[in-house]
Amino acid sequence: MKQLTILSGKGGTGKTTIAASFAVLAKNAVVADCDVDAPDLHMLLHPEVIDTQEFRGSKVAVLDKTKCTQCGLCKERCKFGAINADLNVEAISCEGCNVCVVVCPVHAIILAERHSGSAYISKTNYGFMAHALLAPGESNSGKLVTLVRQNAKILAENKNCDLIIIDGSPGVGCPVMASITGVDAALVVAEPTLSGIHDLERVLKLLKHFNVVPFVCVNMYDVNTNNANRILSFCNENRVEVVGNIPFNSDVTKAMVNGKAVVEYSPESNVAEEIACMWKKISSLLNCAVE
Amino acid sequence: MLLVEKAGLEKTSVAVNMALSLDNVQLIDCDVEEPNAYLLLHPKLEKTESVYTEVPVVNRELCTNCGECSKFCQYHAIFTTADKILVFPELCHSCGGCALVCPTMAITWEKHRIGVLKSASAEDIELVYGELEIGKPMAVPIIKAVKKYLKQDLNIILDSPPGTSCPFVETVRGSDFCILVTEPTPFGLHDLKIAIQVLKTLGIPFGVVINRAGVGDTKVYDYCKEDGIRILMEIPYQRKIAELYSQGIPFSLEMPEWNEKFQVLYEEIRMLVKK
Repeated sequence: MKQLTILSGKGGTGKTTIAASFAVLAKNAVVADCDVDAPDLHMLLHPEVIDTQEFRGSKVAVLDKTKCTQCGLCKERCKFGAINADLNVEAISCEGCNVCVVVCPVHAIILAERHSGSAYISKTNYGFMAHALLAPGESNSGKLVTLVRQNAKILAENKNCDLIIIDGSPGVGCPVMASITGVDAALVVAEPTLSGIHDLERVLKLLKHFNVVPFVCVNMYDVNTNNANRILSFCNENRVEVVGNIPFNSDVTKAMVNGKAVVEYSPESNVAEEIACMWKKISSLLNCAVE
Repeated sequence: MLLVEKAGLEKTSVAVNMALSLDNVQLIDCDVEEPNAYLLLHPKLEKTESVYTEVPVVNRELCTNCGECSKFCQYHAIFTTADKILVFPELCHSCGGCALVCPTMAITWEKHRIGVLKSASAEDIELVYGELEIGKPMAVPIIKAVKKYLKQDLNIILDSPPGTSCPFVETVRGSDFCILVTEPTPFGLHDLKIAIQVLKTLGIPFGVVINRAGVGDTKVYDYCKEDGIRILMEIPYQRKIAELYSQGIPFSLEMPEWNEKFQVLYEEIRMLVKK
């Protein structure tokens, strides 16, 4: 079984549009939405939830006011500023480190499990899907990404699927790392903008750090063909395979508004054709069944 | 005065164009995973410094291998084996707990480099930004370091990281107002709703700027109307704006009519905050 992660440095580069299209085109894949902060894939694939798991990714300090003697030691020792002037725990700042529990002389504080989000296993028209939603403002998104990937793996094993398509999150921090460890390849969706080039370079460095094979595609390449060419030559110099140049087409937004992947909504469009062509290349590079 | 803005495509463009339109501005780029503001401003670099976190070091002479530190650590960042203690700096949150519970005081602290902080100036904008080292997972300590440079006597604009988890929370904490940049599409609306939940929890007032107005559908507008959320500005989808952004040129430099719009926007927010 192979795993492919779709990434981008910044949000809004078309990552989810491509992930959804691959999910439609792949005949025997499980799809995993690992952008747990702001998952969008479900709006295109309309999963029907089969199973929900509560995610308890972190703990939070809970202070019993009836025992508290107002000594303030907890506030003094907290490195996260999570105990305010009135000695109340501000849950959104608490990282569940346990220091306040240990320093409290009257044992007025305990660590409690906190509901940090939910993970789902679902069925779509195109196969099974693992996804999740981090509770707003929660930390530990990396752990939730790992849980989604575990769910996807179990699904893929049980259903004999040969590929997991992972929609990653923007940036290069912990949730991104959790979405690329141990995968076979990653497709980076780059925009032909100055920022896009900079972000691409950083994501490629991260992939190298984790020994993941990179593929690159340029989305909306015709918005700035000079920059698109710069990306091509940068990738050539660094021996990174460029698997597609996707043109700008307003059908992409129309497909999104209609809740469909663009290859479903307008399969004859130049965008859909380029994505399909890209999918063929990637799936043959990964050695999985095409259509 | 603090402003933060986030969510969706080209939010950096809004932060930078607003900064260029105002006087006495400090622009703080808190997207330390992918800092972009400096690419649009071409600033003169003034200072670079390393950002460190504190991680434990175990003094082998004092350590009795009792394992209390590992038992305490909620992040599995310190591990006791039969004959040694392993520290994983990437997992450590620097809470100080392991040293606190160590019965022989064998734990002290050392610096662990996770990125850099840069201060620079462009025209009359003071720019501060951070850059997370590739392979380091935690952006929050760099955001905290960058925010130490806030100058309260200036008009401060913070450019936020994407998402709504810890880096976003750390950025918006303490802000007077938050501008949420979104686009009129289902994705834009969905991400906007999540961001609004976080801001309501934190008690930070906010308004919405609609970028790429004219694409997509009207659901963002309907939602804002229903919930009484103020739409502060619309930036139309124009090929020219997209092309300028792709070249790294803030559009207000080529389309000066936008300077006044950003000034009006800023004044409006000031009035809202004062109320």
